[in-house]
Amino acid sequence: MQFNDHKSAGLSRRTMLQAGAGVAGSIILPASFLRPAFAADDKPALGTWPVGSQGDTVYIGASIPRTGAYAVQGEDELKGMQLAIEHINEGNDLLKQIAPKIEKGVLGKKVELVVADSAAKPNNAVQEQQTFINDKKIVAMTGSTSSAVAVALNKFAQREKILYLVAISGSNDTTGKDCARYSFRQCVYGETCANAIGPVLLKNFGKGKKAAFMTPDYTYGHTVTKSVNDYLTSQGGWQMVTNQVSPLGTQDFSQYLTNIANSGAEFIVNVNWGRDAVLSVQQAKQFGLTPNMKMVIPYQIPFLAKEVGAELTEGVFAATDFWWTMEDQYPLAKAFVDAFQKKYNYRPEWGAENGYMQFAIWARMVSEAGTFYPPDVIKQYEKGETFPSMVGDVKFRAEDHQLIRPVVIVRGKAAKDMKNEEDFWHVVEIVPGEGLMQKPDAFGCQLGDYT
Amino acid sequence: MINWANFISQCFNGLVLGALLALISSGLTIIYGTLGVLNLAHGAMFMLGGYAGYVAYDYTGSYVVAVVAGSLFVMLVGLLMEKLIIRHFYSRPYEDQLLVTFGLGIVFVEAVRFFFGGLSKSVPPPGPLVGITPLGFMMYPTYRLALLAIVTVALLALYFVLYRTRIGMIVRAGIEDAVMVSSLGIDVYKIFTLVFGIGAMAAGFAGIVNAPVVSIAPDVGESILVQTFVVVVIGGVGSFPGAVVGGLIAGEIISITSMFNPGYAYVMLFVAMTLVLVLRPYGLFGTAGRE
Repeated sequence: MQFNDHKSAGLSRRTMLQAGAGVAGSIILPASFLRPAFAADDKPALGTWPVGSQGDTVYIGASIPRTGAYAVQGEDELKGMQLAIEHINEGNDLLKQIAPKIEKGVLGKKVELVVADSAAKPNNAVQEQQTFINDKKIVAMTGSTSSAVAVALNKFAQREKILYLVAISGSNDTTGKDCARYSFRQCVYGETCANAIGPVLLKNFGKGKKAAFMTPDYTYGHTVTKSVNDYLTSQGGWQMVTNQVSPLGTQDFSQYLTNIANSGAEFIVNVNWGRDAVLSVQQAKQFGLTPNMKMVIPYQIPFLAKEVGAELTEGVFAATDFWWTMEDQYPLAKAFVDAFQKKYNYRPEWGAENGYMQFAIWARMVSEAGTFYPPDVIKQYEKGETFPSMVGDVKFRAEDHQLIRPVVIVRGKAAKDMKNEEDFWHVVEIVPGEGLMQKPDAFGCQLGDYT
Repeated sequence: MINWANFISQCFNGLVLGALLALISSGLTIIYGTLGVLNLAHGAMFMLGGYAGYVAYDYTGSYVVAVVAGSLFVMLVGLLMEKLIIRHFYSRPYEDQLLVTFGLGIVFVEAVRFFFGGLSKSVPPPGPLVGITPLGFMMYPTYRLALLAIVTVALLALYFVLYRTRIGMIVRAGIEDAVMVSSLGIDVYKIFTLVFGIGAMAAGFAGIVNAPVVSIAPDVGESILVQTFVVVVIGGVGSFPGAVVGGLIAGEIISITSMFNPGYAYVMLFVAMTLVLVLRPYGLFGTAGRE
């Protein structure tokens, strides 16, 4: 409550009583009881609603890593978001195919993005979003590129009752044990990637192989490693001979690689991400581990191939959210890649696609719901309606707020086979999403309350 | 159970990492010892060396030119930094010195990000040093072996300057007692500028010779800075031998712990630092009362 705020002071006693009754009511009554008691305009204030959507402009707060090990991926993700905002505000055709009810803006409001550098640190991200809430009354927040940030913002979103559009996050926990009613994830994650890339690995390399894992030491790394290892051991009789866990931001991987060199592994399943992935891939080559040992990337890193060169990604299998050559197959992908490339002079990586899609989906859900009131928007997501995306038709799963969407398996091309300077990956397979996901309650998701 | 091949390999990794840390730390420690300024931009100096060398490499294709250019550029930056900014902070509180060097570090990092972008850049090792050398107990990247030699030579050169030249004698005297040196009629400020330049150059040199191992990015100096501080604390502030021994100890601790559980590598490093602080608060080679 802001007592020094002139406007809210003007509304005074009645609103206060209503809000008070709402708070009291929510303690006593289940949410479903409470809802019909209020007409559309009489809903109690919740989070930044209604203040956040009363002006001409609504704000979305983004905590993006612009420094540190994930900075490169953060910038790409941010560009996707900025393009989406531009498209929302101009009523662009591509965006209208995903969110048909948008005009110039969402529900008559322009959308603006406010951005801060999270350095991929959860504390920074939460503090920034708190500032955005105070200063801009943001109607939604986004950011991550580290699941540690995503999980922290999940909890923060639930507490503050503000929608959180998960950016890049590969941990099972984000829509698993740390899921939240107020949070939605578009992108692929450890479990779906493992179940998609697993069969491809078994088909290409056979059963009973020895694998060394390289795992960054936080929720993303541990859950992805577990999912991939579970699949390979149970379905293919593979064996994890060593798991080298390194802190996020490691520069010198010599110790880890030495352990792997002495482990008898035939494969390196490299779960490291961002700059950690770049350095570990380069140094594995320096130590002569690759190409004798085969590298597998279960969760694709935007710009990996660009940074290490096609020589090091040739033949490498990776599971990803999106790759630009899918434009040949999906008209929306084509429109997106063209628009992005025109504006930023390179073809978008999957972080940009994820950022764009998350915003487009949000615009769809808000405009379909006809209100910014968070519980109504959430219920719109939870209807599970099918809508078009850059990877075909998709829908949300109501139980854990995970988008049911395909996983894309790619394999690194040899430099000589590249048709242009960004043609690093060949799309091997696009695996439909339904069969890849765990049961909604398998990872302990409890969504929490609407209000 | 200890796998001996792995153990020896890890000791070797520790040696390479330790030598590099020793070189960077010696720059930090002589600056702090002489000027009393804790240079939080030291990591950025390491990074600048890498980028300056990268640019030189891009133009000439020569590794040697890259190393020389990287070192000299950072030395120049160090000289200018001392003359234009740091000098005005000698008589100001410690916090001000920390803030200004910290701020300069951010400026350097973001300037590089602005001009070069965030994508990492690689400087390949010179032709003969590409590839792997069999050492019997393991295959080791040839360039890392060369790096050990290169850094050792650099440390010897630094030792020679500090212990076998007149300037070195003045610098060491300055570390012990700057006021006394100045009372003897020596222009201490000139020496300060020089020391800052040499200290920065040590970081810049390390930055470029390490670039073929760890490809450079704007943030490359950040984690190095933390490790160098630990080394300086272990070795003793202002002590060149301390920086060398501290660097090697830190390198070995990180590597050998990694063999058992990499997750504890840094824990053990800080445990070692804590032990040193408890048992010998002024560091292994430090002198009580030296600042």
